[in-house]
Amino acid sequence: MLLFLLRRLGLMVLTLWIVSLIVFFAGQVLPGDPGRAILGNLASVQSVQILDHQLGVDRPLLVRYFTWIGGLLHGNMGTSYEFRSAVEPFVRAALINSLKLAALAFVIVVPLSILGGVVAALHAGRWADRLISVTGLTLASLPEFVPGIVLIVVFGVELKWLPVTASAGQGASIGSQFQHLILPAIPLVFVLFGYIARMARAGTIEALASDYTRTAVLKGLPRWVVIRRHVLRNSLLPTITVIATQTGYLIGGLVVIEYLFNYQGIGGLIYKAAVQKDFPMLEAGVLTIGVVYVLATLCADLLLMALNPRLRAGEAS
Amino acid sequence: MSDVTAEVTVSVPLAASAVPGRWRLLLRRPTFLAGAAIVLFWVVCAVFGSHFAPDSPLAQQLLLTNTAPSGAHWFGTDSLGRDVLSRVIVGSRDILVITPLATLLGTVLGTALGLAMGYFGGAFDLIVSRFVEALLALPAVILAFLFIVALGPSTTTLIIVIGLIFTPLIARTVRSSVLTERHLDYLASARLLGEKPLRIMFVEILPNVLPSILVEFTVRLGYAIFTVASLSFLGFGVQPPTPDWGADIAYGNQNAALQSGYWWQMLFPALAIASLVIAINLITDSIEQVLSS
Repeated sequence: MLLFLLRRLGLMVLTLWIVSLIVFFAGQVLPGDPGRAILGNLASVQSVQILDHQLGVDRPLLVRYFTWIGGLLHGNMGTSYEFRSAVEPFVRAALINSLKLAALAFVIVVPLSILGGVVAALHAGRWADRLISVTGLTLASLPEFVPGIVLIVVFGVELKWLPVTASAGQGASIGSQFQHLILPAIPLVFVLFGYIARMARAGTIEALASDYTRTAVLKGLPRWVVIRRHVLRNSLLPTITVIATQTGYLIGGLVVIEYLFNYQGIGGLIYKAAVQKDFPMLEAGVLTIGVVYVLATLCADLLLMALNPRLRAGEAS
Repeated sequence: MSDVTAEVTVSVPLAASAVPGRWRLLLRRPTFLAGAAIVLFWVVCAVFGSHFAPDSPLAQQLLLTNTAPSGAHWFGTDSLGRDVLSRVIVGSRDILVITPLATLLGTVLGTALGLAMGYFGGAFDLIVSRFVEALLALPAVILAFLFIVALGPSTTTLIIVIGLIFTPLIARTVRSSVLTERHLDYLASARLLGEKPLRIMFVEILPNVLPSILVEFTVRLGYAIFTVASLSFLGFGVQPPTPDWGADIAYGNQNAALQSGYWWQMLFPALAIASLVIAINLITDSIEQVLSS
């Protein structure tokens, strides 16, 4: 058990280290000369050199990498090229905003997709199953802005039920914030619904075919008791893992959704940093996404272990 | 020894003869035909679109800006007075060039890498697997975005970046297919015959894992469309004034087209993307069904 945890944490650190290498490579090696990128082609060689020196990017790559990674380990994510100040406050504020949006999407999608998956499994092979499965996979494969646009056109512009921007403004009430976040959350729900429902469906079908379900039916328990007590408890385990791995896709979608709805989240931060060629901000944002994903996966593993005694015993041996 | 050679030569014709039968099954599936028809429609638009589009996609009519859909302009006009229908028709071109090439690049490299990972195993497999794991911690759109911001957007960059991002993901699928083949008799015989690893990987294993590679290709093609459309929408894909669905939606978004009520400037390109993605999905689903039957 302890060994498993240590192994798991070690792998997590390794993954994060490789992520940091990828981000460093893309953010600091590939762009070539950041000073030139910021000042443009018309700037003089001298002013580019001065700026490069100020930014510290004229040092050898290895020195830069160790300074950067050392800073990260002390909670210093770098200095924004654009704002000339530490990036953490920006990243923290953006992350909180994104978490609000993501939380709303999850609160809607988890019960909805589990319900969808279970209903599909109980009607396996019939039209309700086909409808849920095909709709789910289709919605999951559309880029988030496609349903986003349709939703804005229908509910924001034509019916005027909901606001078309996500930001409620400074000091807005919780109710108003919630109202502004409904439309942006729905495309995220669409993307996640298909995967989670498919997993819940597969788990339920497996549990329905198992011996303990047959025993429960044969000993005369009512159908809904069998489903609730014997089927659901077992079928939802694999679903938890999928929910956690989907956080990555959710956050990937945030860039597009936050841009479409003009929201100041981590996706919006990455987008603005990219346009301004503010590479430290961009790296910090992308790295934050990687950390969130890895932590979510870890949580899922721990949760799965806590819920499933067999797995606990299996990993320890 | 003669037994062994017979077995090796027999396995290849068997696999080859099974393929045409499967293709005929595919043509009998209405979902496949519908998907193929939609893709074919957009391919025709991409190749010949500029000949039959009602207007030039680049022609600006500054007296006819932001006009709603009408008999003269079925899909309306944008803020520069360009015909939206013509831009949607010709706008299929870049995405239909970039996505298959990027997916093909990723599939070729990923297959080679996956074969090597599955065949050699050991430290090589372990290291590449960790790398794949790390890549999975970042969504493909974000990863592509990061690299394209650094390199600057162009058609070639998009193809290479997306192809390289897909490579480890495809390698993972191919690797797991190879692992199921690894202990089968025909490989042991090939090894006994003294065949070189490269020959075993590409001549013996590859034909047997080809179906799962085909499925992986179509699945990734769908993702590639998702990724390229998203990047174009963010302004880091196909660059204006070239007509492109994602870029046109981004252009509308910058001009607050939806908020101003000019919904047709964004809705029609969005529906075009949706139709292409759904068509690819229908094809993928049919191929999977046929292969698993």
